[in-house]
Amino acid sequence: MRLLFGSCFTLLIAAALGLGATWFTLTRGVAFGALTIGAWKAWPKSGSADIDPYARAMVARTGELPTGMGDGVAFYARTDDVGNAFDGRCTFSISGMTPTARYWTVTLYTSEGRLVANTIDRHGFTSEEILRDNDGRFTITVAPLARPGNWLPTGGIEQFILVWRLYDTAIGVATRTTKEGPMPAIERKGC
Amino acid sequence: MVRGVLWVLAAILLGGIVHLSTVLAMPEAAKQDAYSRLAQLTPVNAMAPLAATKAGAEIMPFMDPAFAAAVCRYDLSDGPLKLIAPVSQGYTSVTFYTRRSVAFYAINDRAAGRHTIELDLMTAAQHAQVPEDEEVTAADRLVIESPTTMGLIVLRALAPEPGLMPMARQALAAATCRIQSQ
Repeated sequence: MRLLFGSCFTLLIAAALGLGATWFTLTRGVAFGALTIGAWKAWPKSGSADIDPYARAMVARTGELPTGMGDGVAFYARTDDVGNAFDGRCTFSISGMTPTARYWTVTLYTSEGRLVANTIDRHGFTSEEILRDNDGRFTITVAPLARPGNWLPTGGIEQFILVWRLYDTAIGVATRTTKEGPMPAIERKGC
Repeated sequence: MVRGVLWVLAAILLGGIVHLSTVLAMPEAAKQDAYSRLAQLTPVNAMAPLAATKAGAEIMPFMDPAFAAAVCRYDLSDGPLKLIAPVSQGYTSVTFYTRRSVAFYAINDRAAGRHTIELDLMTAAQHAQVPEDEEVTAADRLVIESPTTMGLIVLRALAPEPGLMPMARQALAAATCRIQSQ
C-alpha cells in the first residue's frame, strides 16, 4: 500500500516537475551561450548547426526561422539598461553607436514576435534611412505618441521587444568584449 | 522519513528525465514550425515569393519587415537542386534550413562574390556520387550538403528604405531553384 502510494506520488511529482520545467524554459526563452552587450542579448550559435536543444525546441514551438550565422546576428532587448521592462505606454530613448556591419535594422515586436499596427506603417528603421546628427550618431524615440525625429510607435501595448539585426558583420561567436560591439544605450524617459 | 526523502529524490530524477525528453522531442512534435507554415503556402522545389511582412499578416514570428523574402521548399529525393539568385542593389542573403528549422548554412552576396549567387544543394549520398573529375572542372561552383532530404532555402533582399521594396522584390522574382537534370 505504502509502495503504491509512494510510486504514484513520485510519478505525479516527476511529471509536474518535468513538464513544468519544459514549459518554463520554452516560454521564457532560456538558451545557453548568450552574448550580452548592455540590455542586448544575442545567440549567434542559434543561427548555425550548433544550435543548442533548448533554442531548437523554442524555434520549433514559435515557428520562427533564426538568422543564419553567415547572414547576420540578431540582438534582443526586453528591458532598458537598468532593467526596466519595455512598456509600450512609456517613452524610451535608444541612442549611441552600433558595431560595424554593412547594414543594420531595428524592429519593434510584441512578445510573440508580431508587428504592432500603426497609422504611419513604421515598425523599425534601417541603417540607411535613420536620421543622424552631424557626428553620425542617432537617437530613436520609442513612444506611444508621435515624436519629432526617429519615432518608433509602440501602439501603447503592454510589453514589447526590440530586435537589432546586424547584417554582414564580424560580431558573432568569437565576440567577447563590449569594446568590439558597442550597442546603443536604452534609457526610460517617462511613463 | 528516509524513505520519504528517497521518494522525493526519485521524483526529481524522473522529473529531469521527463524535462529533457520533452525538450528533445519538441522539434519533432511541433505542428506550427516554419516548415509546416510554409508547406501550406509554397510549392516543392520552386522559388515562391513571400507576401510582405505586415502587421496582422505575418507568416512567421520575428520576420524582418525591411526585407523581401522568397522561399524554396526543397525535397532532394529526386536529385540535387540548383539555386540561382541575382543579387539586389542593397543586400541579399541565402539561408538554408533543415526540415526542423536549423540554419545549417548561410551566405551573403559579398561572400558569394559575384552578381549572381549560384549554389548546388545535395545530400551527402548525392555528393559522394558526383564524379571527381566533374568536381574539378566545376571548381568554382559551390556545393552545399543538406543534412536532411527536406528543408527550406530562404532568400532575403534588403530594402534599405521602404521605397526600395519593389526593387528588392523584383530582384528576388528572378531567382530560381529546381532539381538538376541528371
